[in-house]
Amino acid sequence: MTSFHINGRPVAINVEEDTPLLWVIRDLIGLTGTKFGCGIGMCGACTVHVGGRPTRSCITPIGAVAGAEITTIEGLSLTGQHPLQKAWIDLQVPQCGYCQAGQIMQAASLLKDFPTPSDQDIDAVMTGNLCRCMTYVRIRKAIKQAAAEAPKAAING
Amino acid sequence: MVKFLHRTVDDAFSLSRRSFLISVAGTGVAFGFAPMKVLADAMPASPGGAFEPSIWYKIDREGIVTVNTIRAEMGQHIGTALARTLADELEADWNNVRISAVDTDPKWGVMMTGGSNSVFSDFPVFSRAGAAGRIALLEAGAKLLGVPAQQCLARNSSIVVGNRSVSYAEIVRRGDLGRSFAPEELARIPIKLPSERRLIGYRADAIDIPAKTNGTTHYGIDATVDGMIYARPKIPPTRYGSRVRWIDDSDARKIKGYIKCITLEDPSDTVPGWVMVLATSYPAAIRAADLVRVEWLVGDAVNVSEQDILDHGSKQIAEPNGGALLLDDPGLDAAFRGAKSTLERTYTTNSVLHAQLEPVNALAFEKDGLFEIHTGNQWQSLILPVLAEALRLPQEKIVMRTYSIGGGFGRRLNGDYAVPAALAAQALGKPVKLVLTRPDDMRFDSFRSPSVQMIRMAFSTDGKIVAMEHHASAGWPTAVMAPGVMPKALNNVPYDPFSITGADHWYNVGAHRVRALSNGLANRSFRPGWLRSVGPGWTNWAVETFMDEAAQTVGADPVAFRVGLLDGSGRNAGSAPNAVGGAKRQAVVLQRAVQKAGWGAVLPKDTGLGVATTFGQERGMPTWSACVARVRVNRGNGAVTVEKLTIVVDAGTLVHPDGALAQVEGSILWGLSMALYEGTEFIAGQVKDTNLDSYTPLRIGDVPELDVEFIDSAEPPVGLGEPATTIVAPAIGNAIFAAVGVRLRRLPIRPAAVLNALTL
Repeated sequence: MTSFHINGRPVAINVEEDTPLLWVIRDLIGLTGTKFGCGIGMCGACTVHVGGRPTRSCITPIGAVAGAEITTIEGLSLTGQHPLQKAWIDLQVPQCGYCQAGQIMQAASLLKDFPTPSDQDIDAVMTGNLCRCMTYVRIRKAIKQAAAEAPKAAING
Repeated sequence: MVKFLHRTVDDAFSLSRRSFLISVAGTGVAFGFAPMKVLADAMPASPGGAFEPSIWYKIDREGIVTVNTIRAEMGQHIGTALARTLADELEADWNNVRISAVDTDPKWGVMMTGGSNSVFSDFPVFSRAGAAGRIALLEAGAKLLGVPAQQCLARNSSIVVGNRSVSYAEIVRRGDLGRSFAPEELARIPIKLPSERRLIGYRADAIDIPAKTNGTTHYGIDATVDGMIYARPKIPPTRYGSRVRWIDDSDARKIKGYIKCITLEDPSDTVPGWVMVLATSYPAAIRAADLVRVEWLVGDAVNVSEQDILDHGSKQIAEPNGGALLLDDPGLDAAFRGAKSTLERTYTTNSVLHAQLEPVNALAFEKDGLFEIHTGNQWQSLILPVLAEALRLPQEKIVMRTYSIGGGFGRRLNGDYAVPAALAAQALGKPVKLVLTRPDDMRFDSFRSPSVQMIRMAFSTDGKIVAMEHHASAGWPTAVMAPGVMPKALNNVPYDPFSITGADHWYNVGAHRVRALSNGLANRSFRPGWLRSVGPGWTNWAVETFMDEAAQTVGADPVAFRVGLLDGSGRNAGSAPNAVGGAKRQAVVLQRAVQKAGWGAVLPKDTGLGVATTFGQERGMPTWSACVARVRVNRGNGAVTVEKLTIVVDAGTLVHPDGALAQVEGSILWGLSMALYEGTEFIAGQVKDTNLDSYTPLRIGDVPELDVEFIDSAEPPVGLGEPATTIVAPAIGNAIFAAVGVRLRRLPIRPAAVLNALTL
């Protein structure tokens, strides 16, 4: 039995400790916004926050997150109004959308670490998130827009 | 050129054979097309509600307009573009418009989303459907207002006369909206002038986007049903001809949740030799499949690799007979015999994987006598008959439920992945959710075939071009998966139009011959796929690299050389309705692109500009496009840095301008990715790269400066999802030549190849 919090809610999961967190989130907890892309941590579609840090859930065993606070795209903002989500809509970032939950979760961490990120910061932090539709131009713009418009409290909150 | 596909699509909606009906339905008013016969049979009895035409849209009693679309949503925001087309003519308030992506049903006709032709094909139909609805609402609204219809106008979901108005919602509630339009009547309804448009061409947020920022969009991989079990396949060593000899699952039995393995019996032969590993959870299925050992009798492809396929293509090209002749002008051979000089070059492209981010998957189960397939798919009409054959069921007993697609790019035109899920569900008598891991997905991909092409050009004594021939060999996806839609060439040979279009360019080159060769070794060894743009991905690499080489041969500037050939004469004059202006419009985008990119300016050392241009996917739907690449080459290691890409596109009317821009941005970066970062190899029956550690599409840090411009145009809308992908690679190759004087003739362009060319 592994217990942790997900989006503020306590859960207790009874699976093998080496089960990847991704499948627990998707299939047992039923939060399907987090996506399966490569299974080896190379595409970033499965990115969630564990203890506030961006984490590839496809290669994270459930046993490693016992007691942790986990946030998924569904929990980033109760209203879907995180500054990044607003910028993502305003700049019409997603195409197929499959990678975008991971992109947004990764970008949310980026903004915590670099409240006014440079292009180099964005390249360095976002390079692990593949967008097969190649919406990168808009991802970069949206991160900058969110950084410029968001009060720091909103990002850190 | 790809007329057949349009024809099949048109058949479903043909305005010449269908009437347009407006009828009161349970909760509102339905607007739809129906064949003449249905109309005659059903109209008198329609109040009973049994009659159901192909309802294109409905308006409910609150005035909400719901537009049905058969097109798959895979990132192109197609529902938004089509709904705005309809709503503009309907004079509907955009805030009251919704989209519904329909499940399969014979009444929809052909369901296919590809070839960049959704807006192009649907624009006339959706426009007239909207216009017919507006006319009916106007007539009914005028009656309610007690004035002649001619005095009223439709605006913003209301019928207005002076300062009085009645809303569409009220007309639906109170009015008499029964109405039909005969086919001739419908065809006579004028489409709005561009100046009267209120939605088309204006910015709008895509309806599908908000859900894609909060995790609520449902893709096929998110589909669930009570009692389902999970499956992961063991992919056989060869796509064809594999047969299971034995299975050993003794190690897998130690995995908690493992159920068992089954070998699929597949009457459709879509997945020969597949073993499905079943478990109560997907991670258990992944682990168990890793531990299951299967011994197969393998197909001949185990002895085939990339170079064998290319060599086979070269042999086909060297042999003057065979293949499909798309163009074969008289006098060509004489022109070559009498030429002062000739130029001959060969171009090669390697295999390319789709690597769409959502691995293929499907959920299948039988419910109430109906076999349900839940999956994202681009060409339901192609796979339904295959599913019927596999399941030994009539097609009417199978329905495909529609989901958003986590990356199409042509992979999901081929719905082969639905077959094993359906077979397993049938064999087990319970719902089966099949998900492929990334390596499974890549090994089962219908990847873009390797290609080899030879182009020759003949010059007269005064340096004029007198003839050109283009021979192209590749695996043909359409021959393998949809032979019925292949048109016939001049010599009566059926051919895959998607695998040769581009070679029939709009340059005037004197006598012209285009020969398309189906690479049988490719077709037998793997399943060639339609991959974003398909053939133009290789034909434009050859044509546009060759044009630079030809310009160099005659000592001309590559731009001036091309513009001189894009003179819009003869068969390249263009014609109404879709290709008005012909080659001259291609010359315009080319000239505009080089102007923006600073063609002719002095550049730093080892930096160069290269150009390429195309008419897009097919001559009947030209999307005039030009690209200038600025690259810097590192002579020390051969690395190519693309600094800037300038693209100019004339796609006629832009229905959803921001969506259009997004498609072009994505296309350009796909082109760059395929030019420098992608490409794989077929080795002994399998692709070399099976995950994103070694298969490396472009990442955010690799994105150069982009400058995209659309030509302002009121011509009919054409396709935008693909054309720009095909001109980036040749523009880069030509820029490398401009920078350091070496010519690359193989895609992808690897640093080692550049270095090798530099040291020759």
